[in-house]
Amino acid sequence: MRRFARLYADLDATTKTNAKVDAMAAYFESAPAADAAWALFFLTGERLKRLIGSRTLRAWVQELAELPDWLVDDSYAAVGDTAETVALLVDATVGGEGEADELGLAAWMEERILPLRRLDEAGQKDAIQGWWCRLDREQRFVVNKLLTGGFRVGVSQGLVVRAIAKVSGLDGAVVSHRLMGGWQPTAENYEALLRGDDGAADASRPYPFFLASQLEAEPATLGPIEDWLVEWKWDGIRGQLVKRAGAVHLWSRGEELVTERFPEIERAGLDLPDGTVLDGEILAWDTNGVMPFAALQKRIGRLKLSAKILKEAPVRFLAYDLLEEEGADIRPVAQLERRRRLEAVVAGARDALGTSELVHAESWAELAELRAHARERRVEGLMLKRRGAPYQVGRRRGDWWKWKIEPLTVDAVLIYAQAGSGRRANLFTDYTFAVWDDGGLVPIAKAYSGLDDKEIAELDRWIRRHTVERFGPVRSVPAAQVFELAFEGIQRSARHKSGIAVRFPRIARWRRDKPAAEADRLDGVKAMLTE
Amino acid sequence: MTDPTPVLTLTPQGLYCPAGGFHVDPWRPVPTAVVTHGHADHARWGHARYHAAAPGEGILRRRLGADIDLASHAYGAPLALGDATVSFHPAGHVLGSAQVRIEVAGEVWVVTGDYKREADPSCAPFELVRCDGFVTEATFALPIYRWDPGEKVVGEILAWWAENARRQRTSILFCYALGKAQRLLAELHARTGTERTVHLHGALVPMVDAYREAGVPLAPTAPVSAAPKGETFAGELVLAPPSAMGTTWMRRFAEPQTAFVSGWMRVRGQRRRRGYDRGFVLSDHVDWPDVLRTVAETGARRVLCTHGYADTLARFLREERGLDAAAIETAFEGEADDG
Repeated sequence: MRRFARLYADLDATTKTNAKVDAMAAYFESAPAADAAWALFFLTGERLKRLIGSRTLRAWVQELAELPDWLVDDSYAAVGDTAETVALLVDATVGGEGEADELGLAAWMEERILPLRRLDEAGQKDAIQGWWCRLDREQRFVVNKLLTGGFRVGVSQGLVVRAIAKVSGLDGAVVSHRLMGGWQPTAENYEALLRGDDGAADASRPYPFFLASQLEAEPATLGPIEDWLVEWKWDGIRGQLVKRAGAVHLWSRGEELVTERFPEIERAGLDLPDGTVLDGEILAWDTNGVMPFAALQKRIGRLKLSAKILKEAPVRFLAYDLLEEEGADIRPVAQLERRRRLEAVVAGARDALGTSELVHAESWAELAELRAHARERRVEGLMLKRRGAPYQVGRRRGDWWKWKIEPLTVDAVLIYAQAGSGRRANLFTDYTFAVWDDGGLVPIAKAYSGLDDKEIAELDRWIRRHTVERFGPVRSVPAAQVFELAFEGIQRSARHKSGIAVRFPRIARWRRDKPAAEADRLDGVKAMLTE
Repeated sequence: MTDPTPVLTLTPQGLYCPAGGFHVDPWRPVPTAVVTHGHADHARWGHARYHAAAPGEGILRRRLGADIDLASHAYGAPLALGDATVSFHPAGHVLGSAQVRIEVAGEVWVVTGDYKREADPSCAPFELVRCDGFVTEATFALPIYRWDPGEKVVGEILAWWAENARRQRTSILFCYALGKAQRLLAELHARTGTERTVHLHGALVPMVDAYREAGVPLAPTAPVSAAPKGETFAGELVLAPPSAMGTTWMRRFAEPQTAFVSGWMRVRGQRRRRGYDRGFVLSDHVDWPDVLRTVAETGARRVLCTHGYADTLARFLREERGLDAAAIETAFEGEADDG
């Protein structure tokens, strides 16, 4: 644990990416394979599912430190991270010193942390409070991180891949692919990864997704329109449908296996030939075509899929790319040719599987006209894909662009603020905005992004000096600051007081010129309803 | 404060003692200001007459003007102002920092200004003053704030400097211009007896001079601007105010490694937000255990909290300690969060 805690501290102690890669490479070179496997698991953002909740850990530290619950909540609001809050609160109670634990990371995981699952709550509490009291602050913090997940040390997947590539001498794209699809942290898998040995490849393994970049320039800068394939940009869940060895695996872009959520797609996928991998979008789709994203959320949120939900929110996988054909990786093949083969593979599939139609236009001007009406088609805009391009790994600028429709905007008044988390801890960055209705203000959206650091700092000071009331970590402020909010769509919602729900709200700009009284009214906002 | 004739009351100008006819650390111009220490949120410009503790005189005159009407008083010496007796007692915060003891008709109040309990070679140690009413700062009054011993932190800073020097890099340590910078120089001198010159950003020079004039032993210093053109300070230690971070001033240094020395560095998010490579947790304010200890030791039944987590501290003292405690709204900022 000491070695891994040291790696964590080293990664945390620098903002330079090369230094982070070097620190990881040094760790991977020196750590036993079993430890390195677990380190890789956590550094790539994996976490132990449903082990012990953050709230539970906070309750246990409250008990240990003999603090009132509201004070633990206040502390958490100032820190913005449960693992760290707990480590600091234990420190203030029993001190920051402790033993340097020599047990390796793998042994910690397999002999101590995973066996927690077999204990009842009292047993779990005893074990964890015992570690807190015994370990020093650094290790205590890292153990909490192992329990809660979310290893944000400014290390992206890309940096971890670079470190492994450096240690193994393998190409980064190969490493990325080998790590896809629920890589299991064992010494054997880690050693196989370093050798570049892909012997018993997992039949479910997806490919790394190729991600499009936002088009900010005029599309004419991309050259002749004839060089591009154009599709609608769907507002669903990006997914990869893998059919190998007689079984179907549906992966979300977050590398979650979601096959069970979408039995219709699984059934349709079974008809595909073995050795087929499709890239596409999971959408809720009824006889009228695509349904709002909210319908799809019903399928994700429920533990059990009832017949009612299956009927209310039928789904469809719209494929737009073919990555594997007859067991061969065809990602290097040109986009247009992959598209041609995709259509052949999907032809004749059941209703739950189709291809995303191509959009035809003779000129960029004609395409711009189609894009202007995209919202009526319930899509988010257009995707532009270079006809000659291979399928790449991650976000690479140049060959895939998303050309989104202009967002809807509304001028709303700031009414509540709450401290953020992580690097925004102790700064008021989570805002609630409202519009006028019947002389009062009705909340319509929460937004966290869109202001620059300077504006955030200025607004933070204003909030602190103008707090009207506090409700736990939330502060209310006078109706004075107006912001232009941008969002992708508005839908009716029975769950919200305003009767509407907005999609992807963010702050477009601070309207210092506008008095609160001139912010928008709810009936004006409702007129934009996109349903 | 609901007493018919309170020792202290809150006015738009700041804390006021009606019996003595003076304000303590007022933020708007008043006839008579009793000032706890030289930080800008406590010692403001424009008062007709100032009273302060003697060791801070050089700092106040540099900050507010050589010709201000300032009466300096030795620590502990009684001063009659109206019907009140006032005295200054070391607060351990920065050079010349004082708690102000105010006695009116047998009732004693103490206003701390900013203070810390930990040893600091650059100023007199905190003196405990028993009182009936205690006005305490609460800049870091949350249980997540507990300081490691200064010795340990200075050791970490020295190790960091040595590692950077080994790689021929410049170590830039960001710190507040009054207090923290001089405490670091005094610590370097006291703990290592170093005769190595530490380089200073120009904004730090006046206050370092003020400490030297007051006789505080510091490590030798030289302004960065005094070095010849082309000097990259490879392997050297440079102190600078937080406002210099990310400015063109940093260009001349050899692969600069940056660190911020502040109590806020206790929380990772605070450090990551500011983009420093390292954060060293060293504060001139009381931490959570010390603020609770101090409140208890003064014996005060009534406590008023200012700065930062004033609400949190007041609620804790009320609900968990049974004291008559409240937060008061002041214009004090403590260790400013926007450094």
